[in-house]
Amino acid sequence: MDLKEKLLSSFMAFEERIDVHSELHDVRTAAIKNFEDKGFPSKKEEAWKYTSLNAILKNDFTVFPKHENSIEFNQVSKYFLNEVDTYKVVFIDGVFSSHLSSTTHEGIDVCLMASALNKPKYKMVIDKYFNQIANKDDSLTSLNTAFANEGAYINIPKSKVAPKPIEIMYFSTGNEAALLVQPRNLVIVGENSHVQIIERHQSLNENPVLTNSVTEIFAEKRAIVDYYKIQNDTLEANLIDNTFVSQQQESHVYVHTFSFGGNLTRNNLNFYHFGERLTSTLNGITIIGEKQHVDHYTLVNHATPNCESFQDYKGIYAGSSTGVFNGKVYVEKEAQKTNAFQKSNNILLSDKATINAKPQLEIFADDVKCSHGCTVGQLDETALFYMQQRGIPKKEAKALLMYAFSNAVIENIKIPELKQRITKIIATKLGVKMGFDL
Amino acid sequence: MLSIKNLHATIGDKEILKGINLEVKAGEVHAIMGPNGAGKSTLASIIAGNENYEVTGGEISLDGEDLADLAPEERAHKGVFLSFQYPVEIPGVSVTNFMRTAINETRKAQGLEEMPANQMLKVIREKSELLEIDRKFLSRSLNEGFSGGEKKRNEIFQMAMLDPKLAILDETDSGLDIDALRIVANGVNKLKSDKNAVVVITHYQRLLDYIVPDFVHVLMDGKIVKSGDASLALELEEKGYDWIKQEQEA
Repeated sequence: MDLKEKLLSSFMAFEERIDVHSELHDVRTAAIKNFEDKGFPSKKEEAWKYTSLNAILKNDFTVFPKHENSIEFNQVSKYFLNEVDTYKVVFIDGVFSSHLSSTTHEGIDVCLMASALNKPKYKMVIDKYFNQIANKDDSLTSLNTAFANEGAYINIPKSKVAPKPIEIMYFSTGNEAALLVQPRNLVIVGENSHVQIIERHQSLNENPVLTNSVTEIFAEKRAIVDYYKIQNDTLEANLIDNTFVSQQQESHVYVHTFSFGGNLTRNNLNFYHFGERLTSTLNGITIIGEKQHVDHYTLVNHATPNCESFQDYKGIYAGSSTGVFNGKVYVEKEAQKTNAFQKSNNILLSDKATINAKPQLEIFADDVKCSHGCTVGQLDETALFYMQQRGIPKKEAKALLMYAFSNAVIENIKIPELKQRITKIIATKLGVKMGFDL
Repeated sequence: MLSIKNLHATIGDKEILKGINLEVKAGEVHAIMGPNGAGKSTLASIIAGNENYEVTGGEISLDGEDLADLAPEERAHKGVFLSFQYPVEIPGVSVTNFMRTAINETRKAQGLEEMPANQMLKVIREKSELLEIDRKFLSRSLNEGFSGGEKKRNEIFQMAMLDPKLAILDETDSGLDIDALRIVANGVNKLKSDKNAVVVITHYQRLLDYIVPDFVHVLMDGKIVKSGDASLALELEEKGYDWIKQEQEA
């Protein structure tokens, strides 16, 4: 039985456990139907031209873990932000771990998707937001919707500042030979509210994992959302991240994606505009090697006037790693006075590494400022010689240049401890100890 | 200190240095002059270990140690400093952080502990005052958006920080106005001692009014064709290089 068939029959088993008379059930049924029709994407589709799931899909993934797994905090403490008090929503093999989590209902909701989906008091919110911005045509998003149950539910009401950052953590124990997890996150940030969120997926051993995650983010008027994705997983971990952002007027949403590891990572990051004078910021740093693959597939849909979007992606590729940057900016006819900027700068450290960079601008308004720039290059030999001449060994000089290259994106990290953490991960990746933080 | 014997070097198929001989002793200032394309900058780069050039013959040694197999950073650790004709811009790395890394890497190579932060700040303050560099300047990205004069002043500031045994100044005077020239020259003179040596590469006599050389060498077509004292530089300023060419041909 291939994975698709297995999932379709698993859905029937799943249905037996849930309320089949709810509206949610209709949503799930439509979603599984769409997945059944479309199946997993293949390289024949333009959007998946450079990323193949074939090899991964051959694994015999467990869809529902057979037993509950637990982990002690000290086994995984290093994956959390040290020395910062945070809310934590933690999952082990896709199942919520109350033991490792630190949720809240005081003033703001930082809790579980499962309870939000099933408890009557959340029904109005779920009806208003759940699956509203997620792309219903996309087969992988539909697959997630069909099985959507576990994940983080974050609701910051009007005029509230979340008092501390929220960490959403997905651990895989490897107790299953191969595991498929499908987290579903919903983030609602009310008018004038502000939240900082860090999301991470982490395997704890070398058994293969496929994560097909969907996150919906709703930023109401003047809301500020600062969202960090840390992808530094094992060589057997695969992640398909589908993130959909809905923005109202004057809101600011920043999504920072740090792709430092994993076997295959696909980031589908989509922004939709529903108000004027709002700003979308998409930042990324990718540093990979060996046979790793990272694909950034972004969309910013400018549908309203006077909005801005900024995309800045830096990539450093070693070994025989491959990278993809496909950045689509769509400016609708009504979206006059749009400012849309897109940059993708890449360094190839080896002859075997490759990057496919493809900016796509579709502009239907006539009074806009849009720009895009892609660069692919090697480290500047003259700069290396200059640094070596001042006594900095070649390896450290290279690392310093790569830091400097990523610096514009690192500078945008607004949580100081996270900035330190990211700097440290980068230093480890580059195999050097830096005497300072940039 | 620096001893160059019959040095030949090529880039690609082109021979640029065709048998250079040069002896520089501690406490001395040497000036190397010559027309464009004579090989002056190539010589400086090769001493510093630039791997784009191939040394095809002869040898370079520093205090008796052959430099041939040493990487640029190893030569730097032994006290070779090159002030670049075109200092490289490195966005994202501040002058201070760059210097801190350079100094600590050098100390590490010499088996010393890292310089404590407060001492580092003290040295930075002293040396930046010497070069009349504004403190704000030090937190800017290295050379990024610096004017020509600022870049050169920053080179000499780095020289002051690293306190090299042998400093090679490659056209440090180009792009400098008269005030900056005075500041740079003054800095170099203050750093000068009987333990170190300076090699000044220049087109013009101007800088040599401030940094007075003990020896002046004329480099033409890959060879040192004439050596003399400071008065040779004045003669070159007045008469150009043609008379030397004629002297050679005669």
